[in-house]
Parts: sequence; structure tokens; C-alpha cells
Amino acid sequence: MSYSFELPLLILLILTAGGAIVVKDLISSVLILGSYSFFLALVWAWLGAVDVAFVEAVVGAGLATVFFLLTLFRMAPEHILIQRSPPPISAVIALPLLGLLLLYAASDLPAFGDPQSPASSHISPYYLENSLRETQTPNVVTAVLMDYRALDTMLETGVIFTSGMACWLLLGRKHS
Amino acid sequence: MINTPHDSVIVQSSGRFLIPLIQLFGLYVLFFGQYGPGGGFVGGVLLGASLIAGLLIFGPDGTSSETARRVLKIDGFGLIIFAGIGGLCLIGGGEFLNYSSFSIPGIDDSTRRHVGIIVAQIGVALDIAVAAVSIVYSLSDQGEDGSDA
Repeated sequence: MSYSFELPLLILLILTAGGAIVVKDLISSVLILGSYSFFLALVWAWLGAVDVAFVEAVVGAGLATVFFLLTLFRMAPEHILIQRSPPPISAVIALPLLGLLLLYAASDLPAFGDPQSPASSHISPYYLENSLRETQTPNVVTAVLMDYRALDTMLETGVIFTSGMACWLLLGRKHS
Repeated sequence: MINTPHDSVIVQSSGRFLIPLIQLFGLYVLFFGQYGPGGGFVGGVLLGASLIAGLLIFGPDGTSSETARRVLKIDGFGLIIFAGIGGLCLIGGGEFLNYSSFSIPGIDDSTRRHVGIIVAQIGVALDIAVAAVSIVYSLSDQGEDGSDA
């Protein structure tokens, strides 16, 4: 696997993530976060998860940015600037240690695309072998989401409906 | 914001061109989710985003805002479609959301599941498009009195 394209992508990902935290006002932060989502979508596409990349590009870079901006436009200008107090010394010490711990733990993860890994040896082979015959759906992801795991997807749809309702009840005004 | 149309000619005319394109692409993604990337979720977000763009560009008096307001009336309908297609599977002793127990005569199990997936995706797309539009309506100051929190 060559890294000529992927390495700049990952560097951009880290830069945008850091930039979204460091900038001084929230509108720039939101816009940088949108570009972060876009780079993340490219990473998903690179890893072969095209469906996830699509959702990340549309929701993360598009819809979430619009929601954030609409929220910011309603805020008073003095609340859009961020005053940051320096982080406590315990966090400065503990968080890098936690990161090192996670990196150490990540070395135990199965290699990317390993056919012997638990994720690809338990039930995924069944879906890959049978979904086209059983559901006439060439896209395995859609077959799993909408058929084999339809109950999960239905409850997710319920979550989205609930979030829309909650926003409406909390923030909506008399529209009739 | 959404109380007034956007005053730039560039934004207005590119919106007039782009919004139908986004809607067409959303429908394509929705119905070809079984053959390529995409599906109900992304298709719904794209359809909702086209309505949101219409709201932001043409203001409350544009035709797409009228569509958006009409669309708000069917909030939750998509979820009913999804759950209803699951409930239809129960007829005749099938399992909930197991599309192969649809009581449609004349087609085999896999075609039933194919049809079930399409209907469920339409449900998901409707639900998500309406939820996105309703969140934008809630977040923007649409109150008639004009007072702002």
C-alpha cells in the first residue's frame, strides 16, 4: 500500500482537528470542522467504506455545519468569541498519557482487512455470501442495514424523529 | 436569515440551478442505494438539504419554502412507513420487519425483500428530510412577533 496520497490526508485531518480547537471565534471553528468532516470522508473512502464516506460528507460537512451556523447566527456577538483559560496541569499530564495508552492498546487490534479477525469471521461472511441471493441487493451495506438489521435502522430513524421533535418543542415558536 | 431572501444575484441564480439538481441527485441516491453507495439516509439528507437551501436562499415566500412548510406536516410519517412495512410482515404469522413474509402473491422471497428494502428506504428518507427541515425551522427565528431569545 502506497502512502503518497494518504499521508497528506491524515496530516490535513490532524491539522483541521487542531485548528478547530485553537481558533478564537466559533464561526471559524465551525467552518474548519466542516472541512475536517470532508477530509474524514476522504479517509473513509480510502479505507473502502464508501457508504460511511457519503454520510460523513453529506451530514458532517453539510448538514451539521448548517445547523451550527444557524445556531451561531442567533447568538450574541460577544458569545461567539471564545475566551479560553489555560488547561489545568493535571489535564496536560493525564491526556497525553491516555493517548499513549490508547496507542499501545491499538497495537493489539487486528490488522486492517485481516480475514481472521473476529469482525470478519463471525457473521460478515454469511452476509457477503448470501445477501445477493436472499435480498437481490448488490450493495451488502444496504442489505445489512435495511434487511438483516432493519430493527436497528428503524430505531435509529426513531432517534432522528425524536431529535427533530425535541428541537421543535424546545426552540420552535408559534408557527401556525 | 430565513426571514428574508438572500440579496445576492449570484446566490439566487445558482440556487435556482442547484436546488433541482440536488433533489434529483437525492432521489438517485435514494433509489440506487441498493446498487451503489447511498441509500435512504443520505438520500433523505440530500432532499432535506435542498429544501433548507431553498429556505435560506429564497426566504419564506419562495416556492421551496412553501414545500418545506407543507413537508413539516408529515413529520413522523416516514417512521410510520418503516414501522408499518414491518407490521405488514406480521400478517399471516410472519416476523416483524422480515420482509420475506410479505403476503404479496406471485413473487418469490428475495423479490419481497427487495421491495421491502425499497419501501423502508423511502420511509427513512422521508423521516430524515422532514427532521432536518424541522430542526432548521426550530433553530431559525421564525416567530411572527419578531422577538428573539
